Amino acid sequence: MSKPRLVVVGNGMAGIRTLEELLRLAPGKYEVTVFGAEPRPNYNRILLSPVLAGEQDFDAIVLNGYDWYREHGVTLRAGVRVTRIDRARRRVIGADGSEAPYDRLLLATGSDPFLPDIPGIRLPGVLAYRDIADTEAMIEAARAHRRAVVIGGGLLGLEAANGLAARGMQVTVVHLADWLMERQLDAAAGALLRQSLEARGIAFLTGAATEALVPGESGRVAAVRVRGMDPIPADLVVVAVGIRPSVALARDAGLPAERGIRVDDTLQTFDPRIYAVGECVSHRGVVYGLVAPLFEMARVCANHLAGHGIARYTGSVTSTRLKVTGIDLFSAGDFMGGAGKEEITLADPVGGVYKKLVIRDDRLVGACLYGDTADGAWYFRLLREARPVGEIRDALMFGETNLGDTGHQGQSRAAAMADDAEVCGCNGVCKGTIVAAIKAQGLFTLEDVRRHTKASASCGSCTGLVEQILMATAGGDYSAAPAQKAMCGCTERSHEEVRRAIRAQRLLSIPEAMAFLEWQRPDGCATCRPALNYYLISTWPKEAVDDPQSRYINERAHANIQKDGSFSVIPRMWGGETTPAELRRIADVAEKYAIRTVKVTGGQRIDLLGARKADLPAIWRDLAMPSGHAYAKALRTVKTCVGSEWCRFGTQDSTDMGKRLERALWRMYAPHKVKLAVSGCPRNCAEAGIKDVGVIGVDSGWEIYVAGNGGIKTEVAQILCKVRTAAEVLETAGAFLQLYREEGWYLERTVHYVARVGLEHVKRRVIEEGESRAALWQRLQFALDGEPDPWHEAPAARVDLRQFAPLAAAEVADVDG
Amino acid sequence: MSTAEHWQGVCSVDDVPLRGARVLARPAGGDIAIFRTAAGGVFALLDRCPHKGGPLSQGIVHGETVACPLHNWQIGLGDGRAQAPDTGCAARFAVRVVDGQVCLRAADLGGDGAAAA
Repeated sequence: MSKPRLVVVGNGMAGIRTLEELLRLAPGKYEVTVFGAEPRPNYNRILLSPVLAGEQDFDAIVLNGYDWYREHGVTLRAGVRVTRIDRARRRVIGADGSEAPYDRLLLATGSDPFLPDIPGIRLPGVLAYRDIADTEAMIEAARAHRRAVVIGGGLLGLEAANGLAARGMQVTVVHLADWLMERQLDAAAGALLRQSLEARGIAFLTGAATEALVPGESGRVAAVRVRGMDPIPADLVVVAVGIRPSVALARDAGLPAERGIRVDDTLQTFDPRIYAVGECVSHRGVVYGLVAPLFEMARVCANHLAGHGIARYTGSVTSTRLKVTGIDLFSAGDFMGGAGKEEITLADPVGGVYKKLVIRDDRLVGACLYGDTADGAWYFRLLREARPVGEIRDALMFGETNLGDTGHQGQSRAAAMADDAEVCGCNGVCKGTIVAAIKAQGLFTLEDVRRHTKASASCGSCTGLVEQILMATAGGDYSAAPAQKAMCGCTERSHEEVRRAIRAQRLLSIPEAMAFLEWQRPDGCATCRPALNYYLISTWPKEAVDDPQSRYINERAHANIQKDGSFSVIPRMWGGETTPAELRRIADVAEKYAIRTVKVTGGQRIDLLGARKADLPAIWRDLAMPSGHAYAKALRTVKTCVGSEWCRFGTQDSTDMGKRLERALWRMYAPHKVKLAVSGCPRNCAEAGIKDVGVIGVDSGWEIYVAGNGGIKTEVAQILCKVRTAAEVLETAGAFLQLYREEGWYLERTVHYVARVGLEHVKRRVIEEGESRAALWQRLQFALDGEPDPWHEAPAARVDLRQFAPLAAAEVADVDG
Repeated sequence: MSTAEHWQGVCSVDDVPLRGARVLARPAGGDIAIFRTAAGGVFALLDRCPHKGGPLSQGIVHGETVACPLHNWQIGLGDGRAQAPDTGCAARFAVRVVDGQVCLRAADLGGDGAAAA
């Protein structure tokens, strides 16, 4: 049986991106033919401006060269414009008369420049600015001519003006609106932009309506006539007043297309065999002209073409950056503000910095930045995630202060970094490497960069920096992740959706969850299986069955794997207290099993490093101490100071409080590791201010702090409440941790969980609603009741002891081949 | 002496957990990881990730891939290859299941990985 045929009309970024996604999901499913009106391979249209300005050449912006088409068995008909779709006979007809039959058709026709109906618009010397041919014509004109007029002071017009000025032309921009880029900037930012472009020698006429283009004696354009002014001499006129979705082909074929080709959430048109993506479509009445939404559409469309049929496109929030070297501006969302919205502005006209943030209902809904756009990526993230900003409002304007982050020397401004400066401290990736990969491989998304360079792929602390580099290098309108991020490549579902479904549908096993949630890979991957396993056992304790094979090795072997494949063993010491007998046993174990390093940990216990896996069960037996769970996404330690029993300053018995907390909470699995500390007085020697739960004794009781973190980014814990008794400390801390266990996303620390849901939500559930607190605390106790110690109750804890016994080839019997 | 076509049983199939692995120690060193997938496929690779030598036997097995426990490289069980954009290859060993017994070539059991298939 021959393969079904897929024909793609449009060799631009949207069409080919869809094809790339499709080839990844279902290689070889279709016989593919691509029609492109331009006689070129697929190139990065965003980077036409740097080509015009002479900063890059065409070869540098090719995304997929001809060899890519060959390698993937894709037939490219470059230079053939499709003139007609015969839906009845299911074929497309090219301008050269050739035909191509299809089983599925993908329309990615992009858009056409809009040419206003004014006299002289077709004169020689009048160009639009849309493709590489226009760009080359402009470069050519700049060699021979001196005076250029650009009609339109929007994104494209200004990039054209800047490029022509850079090539030595005298440029005047004629713009109808009152300020530049009025759809992306407010008046104040528009004025700053005008100032800096004027400093480059570009002249501007705003509020100016073009009436006619006037020919000279040669027949070439010679002047532009603007209402109420003297004619402006011009040898070259670039018309950049807007683009219109290219819908004629679809409309002629009878497909509903108003402003754009109408598609549903699966990117399907009115004809179920025909899909459409990119600038040519109208989705829920919105037409997009930036690359980020196109890529989101491509991902969804490919999913349906591959036959998976579960992804949905629900629209995009977009951001804008001008690709003019040396000018930094950024805008996103509803940056104009107005009734019902609040604005925070910072203006430094002398320094050339302007920032405006628009807030509605405690959410950031728009941002407009000029001069300093380093935090654009961060604002854009806040905007897409619709995260409450009340708690960070005071500091919002000053951006995501990465200063204090570890691993990249406190750098928070990617633009200021040298090429050889390290961005990702985990994987040793420098800025230059990232920039080179983005350019050479045509990367657009954070995921792409992670995959190709490993930058930000480990601890993630440099994600903000990498996003900044992407924005600056890929041209800014790079593809940001959708707000509801899929858990992994096996599913379209977000962590939140998966958690909700497991609860609502009472899913009790990984196969059940994967079946109900339509997992695309039947066996999942190393990312989703541990998450699913945690969600199941935390949602349905005593009912869902733990799957050790879906746990990371540390939680399967109950020890911490080291770089040489050996393991480390940390026994539990309640509240950091130990005894001579325990210390003797630890010493004996260290000698008996040739432990290379014995180290005191930051959590007040002792680490035995370099244990052989085969020795682990014997080590546990000989230690005769409980598992410290130092290897697990679970309660680790409760660090304590000596407290009132010994300390002359102590006001409370912090050691006893710590031991009680640890005994109540040990064996508690959680989305990520959990660390507690208890200090006996406000001197806080146990460092309770940077723990998931920190308890500080004061004369009248205990203060409870939550969501601190001493890791990648030091985060000071926030006060949750003050209580009087030890019993209240237990119930409150337990209720908070149970809420985190029930609502946190896998691998999300408490600090990020609380930032996501808001401290107010936590306070309501844990403090204000007494019944809620009691119920949470009760559910946690139910979950932990009778939980086995994996070191000493292996069968009950589902520890597969076979893993500790290596097979030996010498002992096996022969079998005939 | 064993020949290349002489196969030796090393354990029962059921000794290898589904979506898991066992380690086969060789006298001359160079452990072999024996994997069993959810679908019941059995594979054998040198127990060393081509990246930094992590023990692949300790990784999470999904489909016909294992995720190295050290840095999460994805190694194909069938061909030993690291998934792009990572590059590298773990040595493979021929393996077959006869009467419920996992068998390897006797010649591979004595060596140190150089004799990989």
